[in-house]
Amino acid sequence: MEAASVPGGDRALPARSPLARLPDRALRYGLTVLAALILALIVFFFVRLVGEARPAFSKEGVLGFAFANNWNPGAEHFGALPLVLGTLITSALALLIGVPVAVATALYATELCPRRLRAPLSILVELLAAVPSVVYGLWGIFFLAPKLQPAEQWVADRLSFIPFIGGGTVTIPNYFIAGLVLAIMILPIVSAISREVMATVPADQKEAALGLGATRWEMIRIAVLPYCRSGIVGGAMLGLGRAIGETIAVTILIGDAPKLGHQLFGQGYSLAAVVANEFGEAQGTHRSALFAAGLVLFVLTLLVNGLARALVLRAARRTGQSAAPGMGADGSAIAEVAAGA
Amino acid sequence: MSARSPTVDLGARFGVSPARRRRDRIARATILAAAILALIPLVLIIYYLLKKGLGAWSSDFFTTDPTGNTFFKNSNIGGIKSAILGTIEMVALASAIAIPLGVGVAVWLVEYGKASWFAKVVRFFVDVLTGVPSIVFGLFIYIVLIIGTGSTFAGYKGSLALSLLMLPVVIRSAEVILMLVPGGLRESALALGAPRWKVIFRIVLPTALPGMVTGVLLAVARAAGETAPLLFTAGSPKQTTSDLGAFMNSLPVQIYNDVNSSTTSVVNRAWGAALALVTLILILNLIARLISRRSRLA
Repeated sequence: MEAASVPGGDRALPARSPLARLPDRALRYGLTVLAALILALIVFFFVRLVGEARPAFSKEGVLGFAFANNWNPGAEHFGALPLVLGTLITSALALLIGVPVAVATALYATELCPRRLRAPLSILVELLAAVPSVVYGLWGIFFLAPKLQPAEQWVADRLSFIPFIGGGTVTIPNYFIAGLVLAIMILPIVSAISREVMATVPADQKEAALGLGATRWEMIRIAVLPYCRSGIVGGAMLGLGRAIGETIAVTILIGDAPKLGHQLFGQGYSLAAVVANEFGEAQGTHRSALFAAGLVLFVLTLLVNGLARALVLRAARRTGQSAAPGMGADGSAIAEVAAGA
Repeated sequence: MSARSPTVDLGARFGVSPARRRRDRIARATILAAAILALIPLVLIIYYLLKKGLGAWSSDFFTTDPTGNTFFKNSNIGGIKSAILGTIEMVALASAIAIPLGVGVAVWLVEYGKASWFAKVVRFFVDVLTGVPSIVFGLFIYIVLIIGTGSTFAGYKGSLALSLLMLPVVIRSAEVILMLVPGGLRESALALGAPRWKVIFRIVLPTALPGMVTGVLLAVARAAGETAPLLFTAGSPKQTTSDLGAFMNSLPVQIYNDVNSSTTSVVNRAWGAALALVTLILILNLIARLISRRSRLA
């Protein structure tokens, strides 16, 4: 009768002695503790990070740290606005360039491409996720940036009347090249998720559009894109989270000028890059300020990823793909992993 | 959306107007062009890696440690032995930590937690962990194991940073595969009187194994390519060491340091090391894909 009162997984074992049930209990509680440990670990890390960042925040004030345009460790000034903006500018560029290409690639792979080419095309795009970020940096700085410099200079000269975008001398490391390489780096994840979402569009909706006489493009516009919108936006946001947190490639490609960029093709700095570059020799408040930069970065990616997950989840729920609530986009989890999530 | 009403289009089945046909052709060509554009970087990267990297490979490239003599043009700069061995050692230790923990949490989520509120909280935190930038993991380990203990860099600290990075990937991928194990298998084993732990170890895990190997290998591949968490946890010494308590070199960190050099031969060494690293990661990816194709679950 004791067995009957045990809830959940241990039911239906009426005749087992307490000793025989010991391993069961041990496993169950052991694994529960393990799961709880993950939570404790993250909370612990977060608290410690805040603790280490506190001296910088108390010196500059939280708002002063985040919004003052003055990063000068030599003079003990820690206003991270140029870094925050550097992160945002490069990430925005990455989205602007990367998402249209990624969505088009996904459209081609799901709707237009000959059936035999589908799998190879997806695998090739996902191979981009296998390239380590330091290799992107190496390739970007020694191949892509020098090759593109004349073109960048041409654009900068032609558009010199537009503030920020045009004018000035193009340097080899700059905001644009960092954003461009980030765009390549987020391609696989955005296109993998877009493809997953596009695969859920019901065939009868597409057939209905075609049956009514729509051309392929009209079918895509009427049946596919509206259906996938929130999923694609979610994928793009996951890419954004990736771009914001990307460290080494950006460190190599953005230069190390902690001043607000006067132009798109000049050097800048980003939150992650400043930590990677300056942490080695930082002391005292400077080190604390770098922890603070890490904290801002952490919170920024947290917000973006939270929003992204909510959007992908909503898309998956609406299309009835998600079997268990709270699972994120189940179907896309493996693709996400494959794409380097 | 479309200005034309569908009934008109229906009638136009045998004669789509030239304007619509043109728009269709332009749109499809644009999409095709974008798809081709997406493949160009891959081709360029692989081409350049092979061209520059193979040029740097020589007989003693893999068997000598890097020397510090990088200033003069003709000095012997050495190879990447310590970097390769360091990467293998640290990634192996990181895997030994992250894989059992990750699979354990995934088993808990699927077999015990299911849709309870606590499981939802755990899933949420795993998602949070997925999104944490890799350099922040380095900061975490630095705070706890270097500031916290008042000691210096060490290989095992780098491993711990990498294992934090792998953990969410292992959990998520293992969870997805475990959910695919048919409930009927569990139920039949339970009905035959097998205790829960035996069901998990003898039925669920073996069934899910091939699929889980895929996700695990992808996590290993990801950890092998990470630079940022190692910068200030493992350091970048020159000499080879098997002592995980000492500073330990790694391929990504050595590439990163070499990129900043102004000496051509050192940059060439970076290309050679990059080719070695990408080859290593591609092999892991390839094995993962082959296994996932053979798995009945994935």
